[in-house]
Amino acid sequence: MTQSTFISALLHPDAPVPDGLSDGKGRPAGRRFAVYRNNVAVSLTEALQAGFPATYRILGDANFNTIAGGYLRASPPSNPMIHAYGDGFDRYLAGIAPLADMPWLPDLAALELALRHAYHAADGIPLPADALARTAPAKLPALHLHLAPATQVICTPHPLLSIRAQALGMPRPEDTGEVLIARPAYDPVAIPLPVGAAPFIKALCHMPLGPAMEAATEGTDLTTTLALLFQNEALIQPEKTA
Amino acid sequence: MPLPNAAGIGYKPQHYKDLMDTPAPVQWLEIHAENYMGAGGRPLAQLRHLSERFPISVHGVGLSIGGEAPLDTDHLARLKQLCDGLNPFSFSEHLAWSTHDSGYFNDLLPLPYTDATLDRVCTHIDQLQEALGWQMLLENPSSYLAFDESTWSEPDFLREIAARTGCGLLLDVNNVFVSAVNLGFNPIDYIAAFPTENVGEIHLGGHDEDMDDDGAPLLIDSHGREVADPVWALLMHVLRATGPRPLLIEWDTDVPEWPVLRDEAQRAANALAAIRMVVA
Repeated sequence: MTQSTFISALLHPDAPVPDGLSDGKGRPAGRRFAVYRNNVAVSLTEALQAGFPATYRILGDANFNTIAGGYLRASPPSNPMIHAYGDGFDRYLAGIAPLADMPWLPDLAALELALRHAYHAADGIPLPADALARTAPAKLPALHLHLAPATQVICTPHPLLSIRAQALGMPRPEDTGEVLIARPAYDPVAIPLPVGAAPFIKALCHMPLGPAMEAATEGTDLTTTLALLFQNEALIQPEKTA
Repeated sequence: MPLPNAAGIGYKPQHYKDLMDTPAPVQWLEIHAENYMGAGGRPLAQLRHLSERFPISVHGVGLSIGGEAPLDTDHLARLKQLCDGLNPFSFSEHLAWSTHDSGYFNDLLPLPYTDATLDRVCTHIDQLQEALGWQMLLENPSSYLAFDESTWSEPDFLREIAARTGCGLLLDVNNVFVSAVNLGFNPIDYIAAFPTENVGEIHLGGHDEDMDDDGAPLLIDSHGREVADPVWALLMHVLRATGPRPLLIEWDTDVPEWPVLRDEAQRAANALAAIRMVVA
């Protein structure tokens, strides 16, 4: 028997057990094969439950597990790093017609994915809170600020932070449509940004502070935005090159 | 440096503080390699701190040594990076497969014991040992079914792999017990046939009880409860053959509070103390 035959039967609960498998005493393997089916389905479903806790709470155990079953057959993990499993789960949810009355659900899953990426992102040394104060005012416009590898910005038309907080029983934050994902120390956070801050933060990735401020939406509260970036260790010191 | 012939546990992050504060009787830790392949964050930071205090064994669960496909060189490189940074006391993997063209299936899937499987497994172990630069330990599986095409017994199969590749063996005593019940063989006979001289580490874990289509007992290697009494008895039989060895408690699902796991580790430490008295 090839491993392709084994896997094909493993992934389809209604498929017959492959020939050539027994109980060791001459009888067909029967539901013993289901132990492997069950191990694969349960372990991957549990990985998705752990990775998307708010999505799981909102859909409920039965609905989530049914959807997870379809997803794991369509998109099994591409490598053994199960903590990274679920890239694309948000897009998969977007394609499920019965979920159309929850148009925010794919964005919520994307937010949870971003938090998980932040948890495992590379470390950096946080930029000290007084870094701007210690820079001569004339040099500030040319200053390059470096985002931590964990830092991400999500823009969404949906009140994701409220939905997530309610699902997980957390205090309900204000939703602004722009979310900062950052990792102060080791625990990722998702916090609301001032309206218009997202273009500014994205601009910091590839331009110095002065031009980035010009790229920001007019009227954006950049003081608060910068304070949030520092408070949440979203900025790091540049790597020293030898 | 080899692992100490003492009690160890499979590390779970919820026990970090207890282990750093009051680790006794735990003298070494085993981690699942794939949980520490992220770029940074808490998992790697905790691992760095733990490795300053405990000998660490790296236990791979995803290399798919028995896979028909070539070893995943990206994954092999990740393993090497982890081991080079950590310099662990031991590396072990499974006689199983888990990866196929279509993906990774997060389970230890069974192999037929044939000459073709033997050649493939040995080629992969050679490749792994060459990449890592040291000897690995290969673990016996827990089995729920058998392949009609098998022409080797499991102990002979493992003995031949060890002879051809120079790898050591990780003897999971619970797996022997589970397979013996499920496939209807005598675990004492299995141990008698096993190349105990190659055993570099022993695993113990809990199993669940189920039934197959014919009402026959079917044990599930769940790692979700205390080690069963007959498995402790089988352990003593194994230790009489091997002498004291690094002895690990695996508890991976429904992970208990620290005192429960510590008591299991104490029981393992007691078993090692008892066998030292017998040997003396």
